[in-house]
Amino acid sequence: MLHRAALIATPWLVVVTLWWAVAASGLINPALVPSPAQVAVRFWQLLAHGTLGFDILISTGRVFAGVALGIAAAVPVGFVLGWYRTVRTFVDPLLNFFRALPPIALIPLVIVYFGIGEPAKIVILFYASFFAGVIVMYEGIAQISPLYVRVSRTLGASDGEIFRKVIVPLTVPHMLTALRVALGVAWATLVASELIAAQQGLGALIQNASSFFQLDIIYVGIICIGLIALAMDLVLRALSRRLVAWQERIA
Amino acid sequence: MTSAAAAAPARTRIAFEHVSVEFATPHGTMRVVDDVSYEIRDREFVAVIGPSGCGKTTMMNIVAGFVKPTAGHVLLDGRPVPGPGPDRGVMFQEYGVFPWLSVRDNIAFGLTLRANRVPDAERRQIVERYMRLMGLAEFADAWPKTLSGGMRQRLALARAYAVRPEFLLMDEPFGALDAQTRGAMQNLLLDVLAAEGKTVMLITHSVEEAIYLASRIVVMSARPTRIREIVDVPFPYPRHEALHESSLFNELRSHVRELVMLEYAAQARQTSPSTKGGDPP
Repeated sequence: MLHRAALIATPWLVVVTLWWAVAASGLINPALVPSPAQVAVRFWQLLAHGTLGFDILISTGRVFAGVALGIAAAVPVGFVLGWYRTVRTFVDPLLNFFRALPPIALIPLVIVYFGIGEPAKIVILFYASFFAGVIVMYEGIAQISPLYVRVSRTLGASDGEIFRKVIVPLTVPHMLTALRVALGVAWATLVASELIAAQQGLGALIQNASSFFQLDIIYVGIICIGLIALAMDLVLRALSRRLVAWQERIA
Repeated sequence: MTSAAAAAPARTRIAFEHVSVEFATPHGTMRVVDDVSYEIRDREFVAVIGPSGCGKTTMMNIVAGFVKPTAGHVLLDGRPVPGPGPDRGVMFQEYGVFPWLSVRDNIAFGLTLRANRVPDAERRQIVERYMRLMGLAEFADAWPKTLSGGMRQRLALARAYAVRPEFLLMDEPFGALDAQTRGAMQNLLLDVLAAEGKTVMLITHSVEEAIYLASRIVVMSARPTRIREIVDVPFPYPRHEALHESSLFNELRSHVRELVMLEYAAQARQTSPSTKGGDPP
């Protein structure tokens, strides 16, 4: 147990040590690289006396809303695409076209169509999570072996029963993977979404800090995004292990 | 059923009548089954043997209700075969056990469907019975991923039996198992059939398996497949391992093997130039 904890901690310690060494070496102007200690102090200040807690809450809420809507749309669409090969053949290029567009490039259009309020930010996150999720969903569903459907037919299953008792359980692992991928992409897109006139949120915090060249605050914002995304991924992974313990291999 | 009926010759359950099957391929239509007629009688165990890719599985798939003949028809108790249904249990070479269900829930699966729903208490009883019969009782709550190939195939057999089919259709069910496991599965199948008889159609590559298990062997030709010969296997049931050593078994084996080898050769001549895609000979 202790051994495992040490293995997990080591790469983190290496990165922080390197960072500290670069900051302490004086090779780079200290104004450009705040030391880990400086950032830690700033983190504490922002949390205790500033709005960091609130920013985290706002950003997490946006990510959740975007991912929830994105996955809610990706599951049925991914299902249809995965199950019907002909539909997939025609729709796949279109999906890849939209998926390739960087969300940041869509911001002007989103502002025109959705304004600068909360919906505009969630639309950006929805866009990112939907296209990431839908690809994972349909690739997974397309790989479901038709053997299980045949077997259940020979046992007397109706179409409805095949869907509920065979397809749905086989889809759960792909839904969980889609959720993980979408959450990752959504956190990566958060700063872009908060470029739209955001007053609060981790992305807004980073942008405001950059106007005043407060590098330590930028570091705090970036590290928070990374840590929250990591924590959510770990939670989802633990959940997957429980929900799809039957799988031969766990993703 | 009266005792007089039991003494009368068994009635026909499955009848192939001038059955032909063609599939559309990129190179035009391909005839797989060519004018095949034979009958499987009640509680009979028929093995169908022939070169791989000859169309044996297609014949089983017609009975299972997955494929429709291009010409002729297959009758089930005198009526055209309907779509797949619980009256015909199917065992596939790839097991097809549901990985997301425990051993117990796999066996219970068919009994939870509207088509064969039974009261909870009865379902539990049936599941327990087949877990014991197939030697799966101590793995009741295990995931299939923890089971060996032989155990998965036993599970597939238990699941098929649980819905009380009248027919058992088996497509190379033991093809993926090692020799020892395969022998054990053959004996288990004979035991289970002795306890609860079914009308059985077995697709196999193995001459020994066909002779050991079946009461009749239908030897099929190379593609498009026709009946090459129907061989009666006169050994009474119950059968035991010692049968393999009897001289009649060996005679039958050499006879059937020769027929099958000739067809394998014919099939190889037929497919090698096209399937090898222009490789030098």
